[in-house]
Amino acid sequence: MRRIPWTHFAAPQTFYGLAGVCWKPLAFLALALAVAGMWVGFMVAPTDAQQGEGYRIIFWHVPVSWMSMIIYLAMAFWGVVCLVFRARMAGMLSQALAPTGALFAFLSLWTGALWGKPMWGAWWVWDARLTSELILFFLYIGFIALTSAIEDPRRADRAGALVAIVGALNVPIIYFSVKWWNTLHQGASVSLNRAPSMAQTMLWGMLLMALACWVYALAMVLYRSRSLILQRERHADWVAQLPECQPGVPA
Amino acid sequence: MRWESWSAFWHMGGYAMYVWGSVGMCMASLALEVWWARRERTNTLRDLRAELAAQAAALEGEGT
Amino acid sequence: MRALWSLWRRDMLLALRRPSEVLTVVFFFVVVAALFPLAIGPERPTLRMLAPGVLWVGALLASLLALNRLFEADHRDGTLEQMLLSGTPLTLLVVAKIAAHWVLCGLPLVLLAPLLGVLFDLSGDALGVLALSLLIGTPVLSCLGAIGAALTLGLRGGGVLLALLVLPLFVPVLVFGAGAVEALAAGLGSGAHLSILMALLLLSGLFSPWACAQALRIALE
Repeated sequence: MRRIPWTHFAAPQTFYGLAGVCWKPLAFLALALAVAGMWVGFMVAPTDAQQGEGYRIIFWHVPVSWMSMIIYLAMAFWGVVCLVFRARMAGMLSQALAPTGALFAFLSLWTGALWGKPMWGAWWVWDARLTSELILFFLYIGFIALTSAIEDPRRADRAGALVAIVGALNVPIIYFSVKWWNTLHQGASVSLNRAPSMAQTMLWGMLLMALACWVYALAMVLYRSRSLILQRERHADWVAQLPECQPGVPA
Repeated sequence: MRWESWSAFWHMGGYAMYVWGSVGMCMASLALEVWWARRERTNTLRDLRAELAAQAAALEGEGT
Repeated sequence: MRALWSLWRRDMLLALRRPSEVLTVVFFFVVVAALFPLAIGPERPTLRMLAPGVLWVGALLASLLALNRLFEADHRDGTLEQMLLSGTPLTLLVVAKIAAHWVLCGLPLVLLAPLLGVLFDLSGDALGVLALSLLIGTPVLSCLGAIGAALTLGLRGGGVLLALLVLPLFVPVLVFGAGAVEALAAGLGSGAHLSILMALLLLSGLFSPWACAQALRIALE
């Protein structure tokens, strides 16, 4: 395998360029996937026998839930890279990921509540998955709060990295404990896991939407990291030479 | 086509509030996030340009 | 090892000279435990049912209060930086500090809980399991909380930030700690819960001091 110069893109300057080229096509791809997913989910997939049309919420609920977890894992991954290799870009990527991840976690809770109310009669049912999602949301907020509170960017990167790693390691333990707690108290009678038995089209719809969310997250992280790079590297020569930094040029 | 009419589509078999409440919140939030990110970039560039202009002016002042 | 022991003794002596810090934590626990019946009503069955959760949450919040002070004093007078520079591995020094902190702030909670449990009409067995669960669980809280305390060192709004960071990590301890007493009340026996608590103690005892030392380096460099 030809040696890929990964470290070439670890420098903010090169990453800035790469992100600048990539985010737009990714954004359009995300939009296309979302349109396709919505088409399949809302126009093609059949009505569910038990849940009627209400089950269609899963075409948003499941993808955003998956993404909220995947993004946290990505943050933990970049956290490891940041601490082990002391790469500036890794810390910036973690911080660029956090708001999107937090948003997906919030949306998972919102859509979960709106799904639970008609199906199980309550806006919040304290089932294992929703409760774990709530705790994941708190983990995101903690990360964002900590990194915002620290003024020195290097310390903020590394503190955030440690928080992300510790959080990621704890998520399985937290999930296990919440599942235990839930079955002990409710006897596994209520669970949002009892999704309707999946028709092929339903699965396709979910997959397309999940891909759409993933590509959207990629595009958003690349776009957001560019602003972060500009803020961090404001004193560098290459920033002063950028076309968008010349006077009189629209952003 | 799954739906007999557009109004049936919006009605969502009685689950309109829940389904469209979810879809609407998702789309609105993501649009808000996009708007916020764009605004952040605009502000960053604006501040950066002001800073660079000030530095350039200071340098010219020293040069004379 | 000498360094560990002398650091532990020093922390204990310092705290005993200013007992107000330790006592506030203890009284906070008492006040919280007293507030709940006032809010819920004095019916004994209700209190008995809620007692494990209430007392565990009270102990958890009291632990949080105490965590702020773990590194604060040493950070302010520069001792913490000396510890970083000294030859002794930082991880060991952290172990000493966490141990002292637990003896001062965690152990009193363990000893006080059975007394408060009586206020909630808990049976003798339940009181025993409550004390045991806290005995195993509060060190875990100290260990995990120390990481948060190190990360938020010197930050404005540190206390609330610390709580936000560390409360999600406390959830498993809370679930199994309170769950142990509830399992006993349900006739299921608390063995499983307590074993899992022990496992959590072992895990956190092994990894937290190291993570905390890393966090201290991040905060001080």
